Amino acid sequence: MRGDDVHLGAIDGLILGLYLVVVLLIGWLAARRTKSGTDFFLAGRSIPAWVCGLAFISANLGAQEVIGMGASGAKYGIATAHFYWLGAIPAMVFIGVFMMPFYYGSKARSAPEYLRMRFDEKTRAFNALSFAVMTIIGSGVSMYAMAKLIQTLHVLDAPFAAVGLPQAWIFHAAILASALVVLVYIYMGGLRGAIYNEVLQFFLIVAGFAPLAWFGLKSAGGWEGIKATLGPAYTHAWQGMGNPATNRLGVDGFGLVMGLGFVLSFGYWCTDFLVVQRAMAADSMASARRTPLIAAGFKMFFPFLVIIPGLAALTLTTAAMAPAHGAGPGQVQAASVIPIKLDATTGKPMLDSAGKPQLDYDLATPNLLIHTFPTGMLGLGLTALLASFMSGMAGNVTAFNTVWTYDLYQAYLKPEGSDAHYLAVGRITTAVGILLSVGAAYMASQFNNIMDLIQLICAFVNAPVFATFLLGMFWKRATGHGAFWGLVLGTAGAALHHGLTLPLGSVPGIKGGWLAVMHTYPSEMAQNFWTAIWAWSLCFGLTVAGSLITRPRAEAELVGLVYSLTPKLDEPGGGWLRNPVVLGAIVLAVTLVLNLVFW
Amino acid sequence: MDIRLPIGLLFTGIGLLLILAGLITPAAHLKLATTGLNLDIVWGGAMTVFGIGAVILTRIGPRGGS
Repeated sequence: MRGDDVHLGAIDGLILGLYLVVVLLIGWLAARRTKSGTDFFLAGRSIPAWVCGLAFISANLGAQEVIGMGASGAKYGIATAHFYWLGAIPAMVFIGVFMMPFYYGSKARSAPEYLRMRFDEKTRAFNALSFAVMTIIGSGVSMYAMAKLIQTLHVLDAPFAAVGLPQAWIFHAAILASALVVLVYIYMGGLRGAIYNEVLQFFLIVAGFAPLAWFGLKSAGGWEGIKATLGPAYTHAWQGMGNPATNRLGVDGFGLVMGLGFVLSFGYWCTDFLVVQRAMAADSMASARRTPLIAAGFKMFFPFLVIIPGLAALTLTTAAMAPAHGAGPGQVQAASVIPIKLDATTGKPMLDSAGKPQLDYDLATPNLLIHTFPTGMLGLGLTALLASFMSGMAGNVTAFNTVWTYDLYQAYLKPEGSDAHYLAVGRITTAVGILLSVGAAYMASQFNNIMDLIQLICAFVNAPVFATFLLGMFWKRATGHGAFWGLVLGTAGAALHHGLTLPLGSVPGIKGGWLAVMHTYPSEMAQNFWTAIWAWSLCFGLTVAGSLITRPRAEAELVGLVYSLTPKLDEPGGGWLRNPVVLGAIVLAVTLVLNLVFW
Repeated sequence: MDIRLPIGLLFTGIGLLLILAGLITPAAHLKLATTGLNLDIVWGGAMTVFGIGAVILTRIGPRGGS
């Protein structure tokens, strides 16, 4: 890929610079309205629905999405879209229609705080602690991916050489610079600064990736070209899902629907404070409920933006490797877009078990960008990548500073501080959180595949906690003791399952099997899905059992926190299009159609 | 604040920079073979129109921020 000229022109630099100026400007504008703790942590509960909705998508649109989904697209094909149509949309509709009334209506300032109101202090503490660790890792991974990418693409080699800095510093400089920018705009503007920037980042990501997907698809010969070159295994989402051996994900249909479609998806979208916080910042209950639904309306089309480039890159690569197959005459000389993985010590290509060279899928999308875009557009594409990393990182940082300040610091260290005190603590926490993320970024260099790491963390933390929220909101008999022990043992169960099983072809260690290998899964993804299923089931069962043997709370205390005890709200004004149930039904219907089209 | 204003200004700025890039970059470096058109000018134009539209909306559209 070094053959393509990767030199950035002055205009590319100007585009990037202009973006950074506007990002900081938004932070400054938001700072002028940030005077209280509510402003800093909840954006004053004053944001309109469409802004919250776009921020809801953006906060989740970090490294794992833009690079990881392109990589998965190249590795697994259009079946990657399950992470959207199955693994996101239904859960986003569920939280908007059923769960948001309790998050927003309870006036909790965070998801762990809801758990304190509904259950007890210890359940909140456990959730807050595990969530805080998860956000730091998440933001570190985002930062690491960005720095690694900038290093691998060699876009800063020339500027660094020009000022006489060693090339090894590019990685460190990229981490430091992105951390500093995010720090400045969150420090100044808090959640409002983050949310408004996320909306800007959303539009930039679309502006950068829509032309990439379109022209990537075009140079791959369109959807027909992808089909002809890669075959049906890459172009069908559901075909072959009956058996792990007949689909590229290496998962069984039940594991996919239950593990990804139910546990992981609902565990993330319905309980993860990173996204829930965006809806909590809304200006009214109606806006809060519409937030995830508006987000879902855009989200369901994201596979075309982030997965198609991966598929197109693989098609071009396959066509270049086997000129006789697929691509027409004249396209044969096209450079291989996805590079072959080289062994770090020997420098030789790494081979898979079938003796074919392994591809470095993480570079599918970035290299397609370099392959397709001329100077100018290249600057826009890189700015869009940077925007996605920043939004993902900022989402984690704002969630972390709120949970730390309200659920850990105020709860256990200094309960009676003034609002100004907690505002100051929030700002300091922002700096500390970003510092910890930088540490996590250097730790993340231990892992090959970002997606696997994220899935692993989600399986340990998010999967069991969804059972806790579900029972908390919809079963009035659930008690604090039941919830706490269900959650602790569910999380332990996830770790135990991971320690006892191993994906095919892996050695015991970080991939699992560190206790003993009792079961071997056909793929890492199958192992992750089943870890989540076990963790959720364990938490659900133990919470029910524990609740039945402990004393329930008085029903009067649970009004506004539990479905059956909360009066149905009348939606104020607005036509049927503002009704969350109608919106949710439309979103689900369109998602169903997409599934059928790509069956 | 109204987020449409910064978005509009940024898109207009990037759009104009892209058009400029499309005008001054030699044809050999525009990757015309891959895209089939001067992508800098076409997409720069689209972004400029979107940016100006967003700025106009801050004047006449519904509420865009807190």
